[in-house]
Amino acid sequence: MFTSFLIKYAEIGVKGKNRYLFEDALVQQIRHALKRCEGSFEVHKTQGRIYVDALSEFDFDETVEQLKTVFGISGICPVVVLEDQGFEQLGRDVVSYIETVYPEKNKTFKVAARRARKNYPMDSMEINAEMGGVILDAFPNMAVDVHNPDVLLNIEIREKIYLYSIIIPGPGGMPVGTNGKGMLLLSGGIDSPVAGYMIAKRGVKIDAVYFHAPPYTSERAKQKVVDLARIVSRYTGSIYLHVINFTDIQLYIYEKCPHDELTIIMRRYMMKIAEHIAKETQCLGLITGESIGQVASQTMHSLAVTNEVCELPVYRPLIGMDKQEIVEISEKINTYETSILPYEDCCTIFVAKHPVTKPNLNVIKKHEQNLREKIDELMETALETEELIVVS
Amino acid sequence: MEVYLDNSATTRSYDCVAEIVAKVMLEDYGNPSSMHMKGVEAERYIRYAKETIAKNLKVSEKEILFTSGGTESDNLALIGTAMANRRAGCHLITTRIEHPAILQTMHYLEGQGFQATYLPVDENGCVRLEDLRRAIRRDTILVSIMHTNNEIGSLQPIEEAGALIKSINPRIIFHVDAVQGYGKFRIYPKKMNIDLLSVSGHKIHGPKGVGFLYINEKIKIQPILFGGGQQKGMRSGTENVAGVAGLAKAVERIYENLEEERDAMYSLKERLIRGVTQLPDVRVNGIPGWDGSASENRDSAFDLRNDASENEETARKIRRSAPHVVSVSFRGIRSEVLLHALEERGIYVSAGSACASNKAPKPSDTLRAIGLEKDLLDSTLRLSLSVFTTQEEIDYTLQTLYDIVPVLRKYTRR
Repeated sequence: MFTSFLIKYAEIGVKGKNRYLFEDALVQQIRHALKRCEGSFEVHKTQGRIYVDALSEFDFDETVEQLKTVFGISGICPVVVLEDQGFEQLGRDVVSYIETVYPEKNKTFKVAARRARKNYPMDSMEINAEMGGVILDAFPNMAVDVHNPDVLLNIEIREKIYLYSIIIPGPGGMPVGTNGKGMLLLSGGIDSPVAGYMIAKRGVKIDAVYFHAPPYTSERAKQKVVDLARIVSRYTGSIYLHVINFTDIQLYIYEKCPHDELTIIMRRYMMKIAEHIAKETQCLGLITGESIGQVASQTMHSLAVTNEVCELPVYRPLIGMDKQEIVEISEKINTYETSILPYEDCCTIFVAKHPVTKPNLNVIKKHEQNLREKIDELMETALETEELIVVS
Repeated sequence: MEVYLDNSATTRSYDCVAEIVAKVMLEDYGNPSSMHMKGVEAERYIRYAKETIAKNLKVSEKEILFTSGGTESDNLALIGTAMANRRAGCHLITTRIEHPAILQTMHYLEGQGFQATYLPVDENGCVRLEDLRRAIRRDTILVSIMHTNNEIGSLQPIEEAGALIKSINPRIIFHVDAVQGYGKFRIYPKKMNIDLLSVSGHKIHGPKGVGFLYINEKIKIQPILFGGGQQKGMRSGTENVAGVAGLAKAVERIYENLEEERDAMYSLKERLIRGVTQLPDVRVNGIPGWDGSASENRDSAFDLRNDASENEETARKIRRSAPHVVSVSFRGIRSEVLLHALEERGIYVSAGSACASNKAPKPSDTLRAIGLEKDLLDSTLRLSLSVFTTQEEIDYTLQTLYDIVPVLRKYTRR
């Protein structure tokens, strides 16, 4: 029945002169997402609207699922497209539309006609009134409610006639690629994929860096991170995943620094490396899944100490969220199941029983002096031996 | 250098196995149930395989049933006999060190109203006959004991257990999971009082996805798969002809020079154990007659400086366990880390048992059952050999362990 979708977008509408950039990006993203669906589609902008027209047989549910992954879409309206064969035929088509879509037929409704083709013999008001009558005649249990209808039946008269009343909510946000690029510190946990998702939702393209520590972390742990990146890339488009071998740096810190400061110092070096890659790849900021107080390295004190090594802004979209709220999003975006697979990541292998929760920056810096002999060389090696995986 | 020491997980197929599997899939791909020539050709492979295996076990061809592998054989053996004999009783006996295919099936049967006894094992992973004798009740219908343990390589007293069971009550059905033992030892069910014997193809250099269950024709058992009535209705589903052909080939090949190849494997196992116990703070598990304290008291156990008679004694002890499994605990090192460190150098081993290690690392039932100290549960590797393993590979593995164990011990969780 439905052969077309009207794509509603919210925030793009208010972007003034840049509006076309956002719309073009959205069209681009929709085309990309639909490549994963069976069937061929045409995506086009017409008079300030974006339409997806199916050019072949397609799977309705699959298509809607894919459209729901495109940031920038606030609503997806499945549309019935009709040839103009006079008002009487239109009335019959509307009745059969309601018959199919609302089998209970006991809703309140309002007809909202829009006449873009001005040579249509009736104007919008007339269409509203006449069509309302046709519906009431056909379904005595339905009633008109112009203020708060259950069903808002849109009839758009263009070259053809477009009929729609359902709005399936989209993910909202802004089309990816309209807001620069960020470098996500991706671990195998629950939080970081969610953080990437949330920043991408604001139109930011995502690259990612993962630190692995063979033999302490396994090939499967790395595969898990690639899998997570792949799930996130359904929303963000392809992700460049930089895999850094962190073992030697970690062991060196372990050897030279107090054990209860291991994690915090390690995280400072991770940030340094991530920032280095970010700058080289034109990223405008770092993204982490940190949330205040979740673990010792995420207290306000620890965050301040970690943050101190970076020049680029560090975005922490989960900073004020509880674990349960984060879990809910991860379930919604389908990363949860993968995140909870039990492979050790490099943050936990040597973790102290009682790591510092209120690190003092001066003390930390003093202890980092113990590393000065070899650390630069180790960081260089880590960067040189990076493995780049393109995930899509 | 690539060294594959995870042969208890699975083995590389013999070339002749791969060849015949390909030939069946490409040329003789008929359905053995079809009436035309293509079907008859396919059926010949099945018949030939039955003959081969029956001869090898000295049983009748009618008593061989092809399955999808060890797990299905175990499931059918337990569920099929429990359900068919529930009027005779509801008590089942097994051991604490069985493969999950047995233990989980037992748990399922407990949920169905059966009662199960799980026999303990001694510190070397062997069932005590006295425990078995005491566990047998008037309503016991089935005893299931594995031939060779998959994690530590301990051998169970199958022949003695069979005799004991039948002397108490000849109607008790005796099942043996021989997935790890078949292809290493000659097993004769009739002589050993075994009524059901599970075997898997891919542990003996055959294909994955195929195995068999020997079923004594005198016992009562019912199917667990229903359908087209293949294999006399006992196991519906089109026979895996290619797999079965490959399985038969592997059986022929592995028993051709069994004693000779087993001896070679024992020598390599001995070399590996002698070598690895040169490291401090290691413990070898599952060798009867040896207290496993080589590390604390190295001079007495495996030191090469000892006189010949003690060396002989050691060799004898090792030959009372499986020829292919070596279980070693390295104090202070997490097995997963050591596994990945070896992997980086091309050596593939297993931590605990590969069948379970895709999931959350959970302490092995077997290692707990032999009373291994808590500290060592998560520090135990399994190295398992095959006929393809060479002395050079063992020496390379030892040298690698000498290199990395001290380094890994330096960096441990404080």
